[in-house]
Amino acid sequence: MEKHLFLGDEAIAQAAIDAGLSGVYAYPGTPSTEITEYIQNSPLASERGIHSNWSANEKTALETALGMCYAGKRALCCMKHVGLNVAADCFMNAAMSGVNGGLIIVTADDPSMHSSQNEQDNRFYGNFAMIPMLEPSNQQEAYDMVYDGFALSEKLGYPILLRITTRMAHSRSGVETRPLQPENQMNCPENGRQRFILLPALARKRFTALLAAQEDFVKASENSIYNRHFDAPNKKLGIITTGIAFNYLSENYPEGFEHPVLKITQYPLPRKLVTKIVEECDEILVLEEGFPFVEEQLKGYLELGVKIHGRLDGTIPREGELTPDCVALALGKEVKSFYSIPEIVEQRPPALCQGCAHRDMYDALNEVLKEYEKAKVFGDIGCYTLGALPPFHAIDSCIDMGASITMAKGASDAGIFPSVAVIGDSTFTHSGMTGLLDCVNENSPITIVISDNETTAMTGGQDSAGTGKLEAICAGIGVDPTHIRSMVPLKKNFEEMKKIIREEIEYQGLSVLIPRRECIQTLTRKKKAAKK
Amino acid sequence: MKTDIILSGVGGQGILSIAAVIGEAALKEGLFMKQAEVHGMSQRGGDVQSNLRISDKPIASDLIAKGKADLIISLEPMESLRYLLYLKEDGWLVTNSRPFINIPNYPEIEKINEELGKLPNKVTLDVETIAKEVGSLRAANIVMLGAASPFIGIDYDKIEDGIRRIFSKKGDEIVQMNLNALKAGYEVANQIQKK
Ligand SMILES: Cc1ncc(C[n+]2csc(CCOP(=O)(O)OP(=O)(O)O)c2C)c(N)n1
Ligand code: SF4
Repeated sequence: MEKHLFLGDEAIAQAAIDAGLSGVYAYPGTPSTEITEYIQNSPLASERGIHSNWSANEKTALETALGMCYAGKRALCCMKHVGLNVAADCFMNAAMSGVNGGLIIVTADDPSMHSSQNEQDNRFYGNFAMIPMLEPSNQQEAYDMVYDGFALSEKLGYPILLRITTRMAHSRSGVETRPLQPENQMNCPENGRQRFILLPALARKRFTALLAAQEDFVKASENSIYNRHFDAPNKKLGIITTGIAFNYLSENYPEGFEHPVLKITQYPLPRKLVTKIVEECDEILVLEEGFPFVEEQLKGYLELGVKIHGRLDGTIPREGELTPDCVALALGKEVKSFYSIPEIVEQRPPALCQGCAHRDMYDALNEVLKEYEKAKVFGDIGCYTLGALPPFHAIDSCIDMGASITMAKGASDAGIFPSVAVIGDSTFTHSGMTGLLDCVNENSPITIVISDNETTAMTGGQDSAGTGKLEAICAGIGVDPTHIRSMVPLKKNFEEMKKIIREEIEYQGLSVLIPRRECIQTLTRKKKAAKK
Repeated sequence: MKTDIILSGVGGQGILSIAAVIGEAALKEGLFMKQAEVHGMSQRGGDVQSNLRISDKPIASDLIAKGKADLIISLEPMESLRYLLYLKEDGWLVTNSRPFINIPNYPEIEKINEELGKLPNKVTLDVETIAKEVGSLRAANIVMLGAASPFIGIDYDKIEDGIRRIFSKKGDEIVQMNLNALKAGYEVANQIQKK
């Protein structure tokens, strides 16, 4: 067997290919992006013709993946945690239809918010949809669970949610791979219409079936070789870990565990194993990455049962990712630093690259908006969110992808003028276009800046779905073509840019400005590749 | 053997290429390895770090515990100080001495040197100047690696092999230049260690 040094993301990707994957569907998002990129760069995947182009957003990705599974093939769908909010409609209903070919949905959660707006724990989504979930504790398990996960999905007949977190996604370790399997043959479901048409009368039957399947899911967890009980002498405390929390626990017991441990990596909770450790121990400590998901289930609202420690009683901090240190403290062990961080050490936040087109766009916009005291700028998510920081201080909000346009509309409806939206090209096609239609339908007097760097820069420069089509998209949605105005954001065009911005702010209707200049990081990469 | 290393620097300086050579050498030695990287923000200029752990036994945690790092390797002096909570009492700090100033409130370099001076085990060197002397500014990371090489727990010639493998595609000249860069960094550390 071959051993490779893989990121968790790469282990998942290779496992999917080896398990006979036919298509990966995804929209980029840290820390999930490298899964799809690995498949895009894999010679084996391209030889097999495995689909790996980016989707416009997470909802289109999941729906497309479901379509592939409908046809009997194995599909993988990857997203960052907030992506599942976007895909949630399909997600909840794919649990009703179930799948035909195997479907694994990867959610890459980001506790501590290394590069996200929140630290939501998507295990709650798994529970909400009532489907089985996997949460590997290391890169090898990530590989194995995905390799076997498609068959599990097919056997149970439901999609599987694979939950990883930043430290699993972006940490490298040795992984042994397994033999390559053939792809599934095309094979449409026999009772397809009974399952995939969720009209109320049929949907009720599907819901009954989903409820009945819960017992199978629990049994699958109880029989999973990855859910394991480790015995130890001191039963004053029992420790339940989920996912990578097991590693931080092990790190603190290099000579072996002192207390019984239940390592959970597959959900719903393995009832027998949980009952065993709760019955044999006086108190329970729950170590889990993210929210107190298992802890709340065990504790219950009235806290009538066994004493549970974890994030809710402060044994582990309620916020942020786990570390070997916070686990050590929870176990009553000493954490000792020998040196302190000198006070002179300053924060060093990331900044827009020197020469970035977003800089020139903000410089011009800021200059013009100085003329209006009450201007508000609704921002969005991408590199250009850094316009929030000095020296720009250029935006007033950044909530979720696409929200710039619609928030600007709502603020304008409330009377704010000028109301400006700043959105990136990829974010615009991800979820700005539908909001633009709302603005068109009322000819809302807002100014939308689509800062087009012809790539999805923030996540590493992936192709952007709308490149070369933005003017046509806006006109097609119904924006008056005389108020769709492009410009090249460069110092030498500064006066012209300011003039256009001023004119369109003054125009009492909807305008779209498109400053367009390629991201310099993408440009440099392309030049390098061309040299080779 | 077990070495816990924190690599630090500023986004774009390329700390991961140092990790790649160490990882290559470790893997060839049959060692276990875990490396937590920072990805995401593609813009340049923020602080970045990576936890690299190598051992002859399986490794549990991806992250290094406070007070347990054997070595901090930093491409930037202020960034080297940011991770001191993690350094072992007898651990080594190896850092580039040349500041990367991209924030308005960057501290005076004398103050940084004063703080570095308080540490018992450290190597500071101007990797850019040394890299230019041996051939190219692009080899700055490898000079840094050379200076850290006595503390990694992998034989020097194995690290040389790692460089040969990683740079082999780029031709003999580039390999030799990087080997020279490694040597130049190593010499500096060796002298300081002897003192
Ligand atoms: C729902 C959701 N999916 C994905 C992301 C991750 N993400 C943040 S910004 C971004 C892309 C930004 O691209 P673009 O709008 O073109 O701006 P640029 O970074 O190129 O300036 C992505 C994919 C997210 N924050 N939310
Ligand atoms: S990566 Fe591209 S878009 Fe992002 S800040 Fe740098 S130049 Fe600008």
